[in-house]
Amino acid sequence: MPDAFAPAPGATAPALGYDVERVRADFPILTRRIGEFPLSYLDSANTSQKPKQVVEAIARHYLEHNANVARAMHTLGAEASSAFEGAREKVARFIGAAGPQEVVFTKNASEALNLVAYTLGGRLSPGDEIVISVMEHHSNIVPWQLLAQRTGAILRWFDITADGRLDLARAVAEGLINDRTKIVSIAWVSNVLGTVNPVAEIAGLAHRVGAHVVVDGSQGVPQLPTDVASLGADLLAFTGHKMLGPTGIGVLWGRYGLLETLPPFLGGGEMIEVVKLTGSTFAKPPARFEAGTPPIAQAVGLGAAIDYLERLGMENVAAHEQRITAYALERLQGVEGVSILGPTVPVDRGGAISFTLTTPDGLEVHPHDVMQFLDARGVAVRGGHHCARPLHERLGITASTRASGYVYTTETEIDALVDGLVYVRDFFGGAR
Amino acid sequence: MSVEAMYQEIILDHYKAKHHSGLREPYQAQVTHVNPTCGDEVMMRVALDGDRVVDVSYEGVGCSISQASTSVMTDLVIGRTVDEALALHEEFTQMMHSQGKAEPDEDRLEDAVAFIGVSQFPARVKCALLGWSAFKDAAAQALAAAGKE
Repeated sequence: MPDAFAPAPGATAPALGYDVERVRADFPILTRRIGEFPLSYLDSANTSQKPKQVVEAIARHYLEHNANVARAMHTLGAEASSAFEGAREKVARFIGAAGPQEVVFTKNASEALNLVAYTLGGRLSPGDEIVISVMEHHSNIVPWQLLAQRTGAILRWFDITADGRLDLARAVAEGLINDRTKIVSIAWVSNVLGTVNPVAEIAGLAHRVGAHVVVDGSQGVPQLPTDVASLGADLLAFTGHKMLGPTGIGVLWGRYGLLETLPPFLGGGEMIEVVKLTGSTFAKPPARFEAGTPPIAQAVGLGAAIDYLERLGMENVAAHEQRITAYALERLQGVEGVSILGPTVPVDRGGAISFTLTTPDGLEVHPHDVMQFLDARGVAVRGGHHCARPLHERLGITASTRASGYVYTTETEIDALVDGLVYVRDFFGGAR
Repeated sequence: MSVEAMYQEIILDHYKAKHHSGLREPYQAQVTHVNPTCGDEVMMRVALDGDRVVDVSYEGVGCSISQASTSVMTDLVIGRTVDEALALHEEFTQMMHSQGKAEPDEDRLEDAVAFIGVSQFPARVKCALLGWSAFKDAAAQALAAAGKE
């Protein structure tokens, strides 16, 4: 079997450390055609595609090792438990956690953030402050709104600068993070603007006033080498399906000293120590937060995804993302009528590129119409508010079109996007 | 079918020059309908004289399909009785759920038959129905308001 990660014989050494065409060979879905066009999948910030290594690991688990974990004492139960806990160890190593005991499996990043809002948030009193940013995904807004309603705490947020960066200077000047701040929850990388936020700096400000720092790593962990210690967060949420893994598995990492002090979230099997009808005591983390049968095969799939990413090397994944993002930013800025929402230079910037498209006669083509035309040409993008309606409101628009690549994305796919945008602009602009 | 056939000239014409656009007085009911997946919104007012629709006014943001469909709908329902308008709503809704198989009556649905192509794109059916659903809701509220007076 050819090794996808070794340079092709005779090929000039790839600057990236891997050959994107060889990576693509592991993703059969990328050979699909949409009508007469080859698929250009540019919706990876929504969900990534899965390499066959991940799909096969899940299939193998179900076909050869399936049993419940922890409770089943027989041979298959031991195999399933070992696979599940093995996945936890892989996740811990992948993000630089102190150990697997710091890794809680959830069903997705939203559940991880809700878990934090519920457990950490239980300590809040009226007048306490929670700080988020205007660029958050709904899953890092709504749990905090619900918490504020329950506790009487106040929800505040970082604004953005004109070029789509977090406005840290203004926040400092206005004392956004202050003695009343108890929780700061922020996206590492914006799913709309692509902005990489200065998490360590924010964490420094928050820790100085004794606040806890929660990071939504849904877009960051798939793209960037992750080391929770240098990130500076106390808790980190992310999801498997955006990093080559299956849906149905998310992760909450927490400093163990903090996790230990948090109360349970959901009650049920395996999160207990002793249950009596008069009351129960609870297991230590991470079991305390994993009530009921967990997503076992999904954890195995996530473990396989991490194996895949580690074989690529996260430095190479990040470098490829940077190269494709730089290329896309340059090409998109060459299309008259395209206006990019986030930073237009590939500095501290992730791979999601959102934009609007306007015809020469001033008609802003709605993102759903853009999406429909691109889809007809095989280019899959997302049109809408990308679960970040407050950000779009802040920018004075209702929706945008977003292109986002990943480890398998090529310049050819970006070219297909650009050609499609010119076509749709001219169709609506009457030049067809 | 091709995407170009879906976006018929009639649809683009209505999108670029929406009929009966803007919010006007008087009215008996005002509603706001949204499509939460895309953020499309329409605020709509319905004015009745007895059981006859005398005005439908609206403001909205959204894709060409939702905007054009709303424009076409106002042409169809203004001047008709609420019952007639709701019958058209039913016909249009059935056509949109037909996945391209319906044979709509052009004498009755007029420009709205142009949306038959959209019915082949399940994700966009909601766009075409946004304005119609808002009208149905507002008309029912307007009738109820009239009944209370």
